[in-house]
Amino acid sequence: MTDVVMRAEDVHKRFGRLEVLKGVSIDVPKGETVCIIGPSGSGKTTFIRCINHLEKIDGGRITVNGHLIGYRERNGKLVEDSERSVAKQRTQIGMVFQRFNLFPHKTALENVTEAPVRVLGVPEKQAAEDGVRMLSRVGLAEKCDAYPGKLSGGQQQRVAIARALAMKPALILFDEPTSALDPEVTGEVLSVMEELAHDGMTMIVVTHEMGFAREAADRVVMMDEGRIIEEGTPQHFFDAPEQERTKQFLSKIL
Amino acid sequence: MLAAIDWHVVWVRVAHPDHVFFHAMYTTVYIAVIAQVMGVVLGLLAAMMRTSKIAPLRLLSGIYVFIFRGTPVLVQIFFIYYGANQLLGFTLIPNTLDLGFFSLDGAVVAGILALGINEGAYMREIIRAGIDSIDKGQMEAAKSLGMRYGLAMRRIVLPQAARVIVPPLGNEFNNMLKTTSLVFTIGVYEMFADAEIHYSQTFQPVEYFMAVAFWYLVLTGVWGFIQAGIERRLGASERGDDLSFRERLVQSWMPVGAFVKR
Repeated sequence: MTDVVMRAEDVHKRFGRLEVLKGVSIDVPKGETVCIIGPSGSGKTTFIRCINHLEKIDGGRITVNGHLIGYRERNGKLVEDSERSVAKQRTQIGMVFQRFNLFPHKTALENVTEAPVRVLGVPEKQAAEDGVRMLSRVGLAEKCDAYPGKLSGGQQQRVAIARALAMKPALILFDEPTSALDPEVTGEVLSVMEELAHDGMTMIVVTHEMGFAREAADRVVMMDEGRIIEEGTPQHFFDAPEQERTKQFLSKIL
Repeated sequence: MLAAIDWHVVWVRVAHPDHVFFHAMYTTVYIAVIAQVMGVVLGLLAAMMRTSKIAPLRLLSGIYVFIFRGTPVLVQIFFIYYGANQLLGFTLIPNTLDLGFFSLDGAVVAGILALGINEGAYMREIIRAGIDSIDKGQMEAAKSLGMRYGLAMRRIVLPQAARVIVPPLGNEFNNMLKTTSLVFTIGVYEMFADAEIHYSQTFQPVEYFMAVAFWYLVLTGVWGFIQAGIERRLGASERGDDLSFRERLVQSWMPVGAFVKR
């Protein structure tokens, strides 16, 4: 457990007067899949958005592969990092969004190859080969030339996963990846994610899918009101949650 | 007693325009094109400045739009032609501008600058509306993939915003083709100046102004076709339509998109 990919220490975040994160600390070792659960407004989405600096943190520190995110240390003080190096750090951190956010003016394959070509400078031919491989991995090899508008929600989300994978990230963040999907297609997305987890990808997943947590998570984290209130194995959560708040929450969603 | 309308003059002006007229039309078109391109570039810059983190840039963008949308374009044309050099203390408006392959009269330079700067103020609003219409998630997704702001704008946001920007941009250019007639007031020999000079020599207003109106209709009409074609091309990939070649051909030649049944 020495290989920590993501470390958050006492992370604070406020939106105006509202304090959304009140000191979140967690380590995620390489290859682990962590599911973050909790009621809406508990700060779980905000927390993972802080990890790739889509939200700026107000206190504490987050490191990915040992590199401080969004800030650099100067004379013992944290100063905001340049846009260039934030962008560079983000190439290490994939993200899959609740609403897919595929680029609608590009085909599935172009969605996947855009960043490798434009950001990492991978030659187009090689990027296309990699891209086809990524799309096959999520079961969409035959949809390479389809525009997102012609794909179902489940297919779009799988393209989004392929797009994140194509950057060969050290870590992928999933922000409620199945919440915007029709129930009958959540399964195809979750099984792709399960496969990724079994292949050893480091993943942080905000989700309400307890079935996925049971199958794929190494650890489940319960957040409430901007804090982590309980964490443990999926078994722990299903069999014997300790906190009253956790029991209440689980009884509602299970 | 008013003179009868000499339809033969109208016919000659419409059907057998002379050399001088064609040159005037050419002047109208290139002033409009250069000024519009300038307007788009300035509008894009001003739109970026508007959302900048740097407060003075935001302010500058606001002042720009306030001034150039708030004063008549004719005043701006006169101000730049007669006043720019004096105000700036150096020669912004030369007597002639020699670009080697192309030389421009000082009045043309002033006219293009005035129309272009004026247009930029309107384009800023159009481009801003286009950018605002794109879901924030697009920029976030681009950033999450390691793209920097400029790259994400260029590759992801603006190509999508273009669909929203192009229709009003086309209308702006239609307007620009007609607004160029104002630069005759500073002595540029464009289409309207040609008509005005003939009129002042013959006192036949109906004949000459009707004929020049016809030619403006030709310009705006041709532009209407081009615009419809561009809009169709931009729409096709978005809708993911698989149109046959014949359908594309028919559609790209329909002057107004509304006539096309989708």
